[in-house]
Amino acid sequence: MPNALSAVIDSLPYLLQGSFLTIGIVVSAMFLGLGLGIFMAVGLVYGNRFLRYLLIAYVWIFRGVPVVVLLFLFYFGLFTFLGLKFSAFTAVAIVLGMTTGAYQANIFKGAILSLPQGQLKAARGLGMSDLQAIRSIILPQILRMSIPAWSNEYSIILKDSALAFVIGAPEIMARTQFVASRTYQHLSLYITAGIIYFLLTWAGVIALRKLEQYVRIPGYSHHGNQ
Amino acid sequence: MITTTNPILRIHNISKSFGSSTILNSVSFELAKGEIKVLIGPSGGGKSTLLQCINCLVVPDSGEIELESERVDYSRKQDLYKLRQKIGMIFQDFNLFDHLTALDNITIALRKVKKLDKKEAMRRARLELDQVGLSDKEALYPAQLSGGQKQRLAIARALAMDPKILLLDEPTSALDPTLIGEVIAVIKGLAVNGMTMIMATHQISLISNLADQILFMEDGRIVEQGPPAALLAAGSTSKSQGFCDRLNELAEVEG
Repeated sequence: MPNALSAVIDSLPYLLQGSFLTIGIVVSAMFLGLGLGIFMAVGLVYGNRFLRYLLIAYVWIFRGVPVVVLLFLFYFGLFTFLGLKFSAFTAVAIVLGMTTGAYQANIFKGAILSLPQGQLKAARGLGMSDLQAIRSIILPQILRMSIPAWSNEYSIILKDSALAFVIGAPEIMARTQFVASRTYQHLSLYITAGIIYFLLTWAGVIALRKLEQYVRIPGYSHHGNQ
Repeated sequence: MITTTNPILRIHNISKSFGSSTILNSVSFELAKGEIKVLIGPSGGGKSTLLQCINCLVVPDSGEIELESERVDYSRKQDLYKLRQKIGMIFQDFNLFDHLTALDNITIALRKVKKLDKKEAMRRARLELDQVGLSDKEALYPAQLSGGQKQRLAIARALAMDPKILLLDEPTSALDPTLIGEVIAVIKGLAVNGMTMIMATHQISLISNLADQILFMEDGRIVEQGPPAALLAAGSTSKSQGFCDRLNELAEVEG
């Protein structure tokens, strides 16, 4: 057992370095997904038929194909085909971002549809353009509502980011496997990796819960008050 | 006597259908500056749809809208935005922006639509809050206000845009009976100040005291119109009279 412990202690700084890369991937992917998700949700609700079908197809593709397949498809296939020289980090961030974008689009779409119709009517009634109404009235409300679902997405993407090791991005999983295959301390090292992932999930979810409380509208709840 | 030789608003043959049901069937009328028209009639008669057609929240299928002699081109978004800036709308269920304070509910359109700077928008908003007696509530969110306060805030929000016409869609219907008075007082104040209004209401005191003209709507048409003095005269057999009688009986039952 001392070997197991010392393997963990010796490799911990190395593993934790990997967690910076993991955080980098997850943060980039979540924000890319946020931008895509908002754009697509608005398009899905307010767009014309052509745009809606296009976005529905996008959502279905990213929902229906495993992330690891998408990762290989983009990194070895599409990016090479297009002559793009992305690093493993960038490739993973893009693929995970596009994947969570599809799911976030559905989260935001649901939130938009749950807003009372009168919000948009009142904004239009004051002379706001559709774009102004969406930006100033719809988005600030649906983004608040979506934080709990968003924190779900965060924990899923965090764990999916471990797939980055298959294309050689030196994140937590890749480093753990590297050390384990040399020291043969698989049990203790993968427990350590699991704990790091768990703590990152926990910290992120707590932070988002704090954010949710911070931006909460006084006296207002979406679960039927008034 | 109000002259309609140069109306501020002209509605001509407006029709609107949803699916196979016709909600508005060729409705026409003219509105003079300073005039108050009150829409009454059974629910489902098209009052709400008519009001929403006037500022093109619901775009009519056919017919013309002319505001200050300018005809609205429904296919041009800019035309619709301009029309809605000039016509204020008060909704039955307030439709305040839930994520904004009372003050910001008013400043948001002043800043985004009228492009006022923040300071000027706040100055104007405070003026309007004061007009409806909500000066001390500017930092509160809609969910923290009573129904009457919400509707007064909605009125302040609309007035801040300097509308030429104010449309009111049953402004007191969602209110607790004890809170109706404060909203009626604000609406009467607007009338005294000469605001041009079209209002759908079941509030008998607003109908008989404020209306220059009553429009009785049924099945998507205006079936009766005239000043309350004529339509609601003792012994009148008008539909409006019958309708108001029933409202009166209801009011007595409610105490």
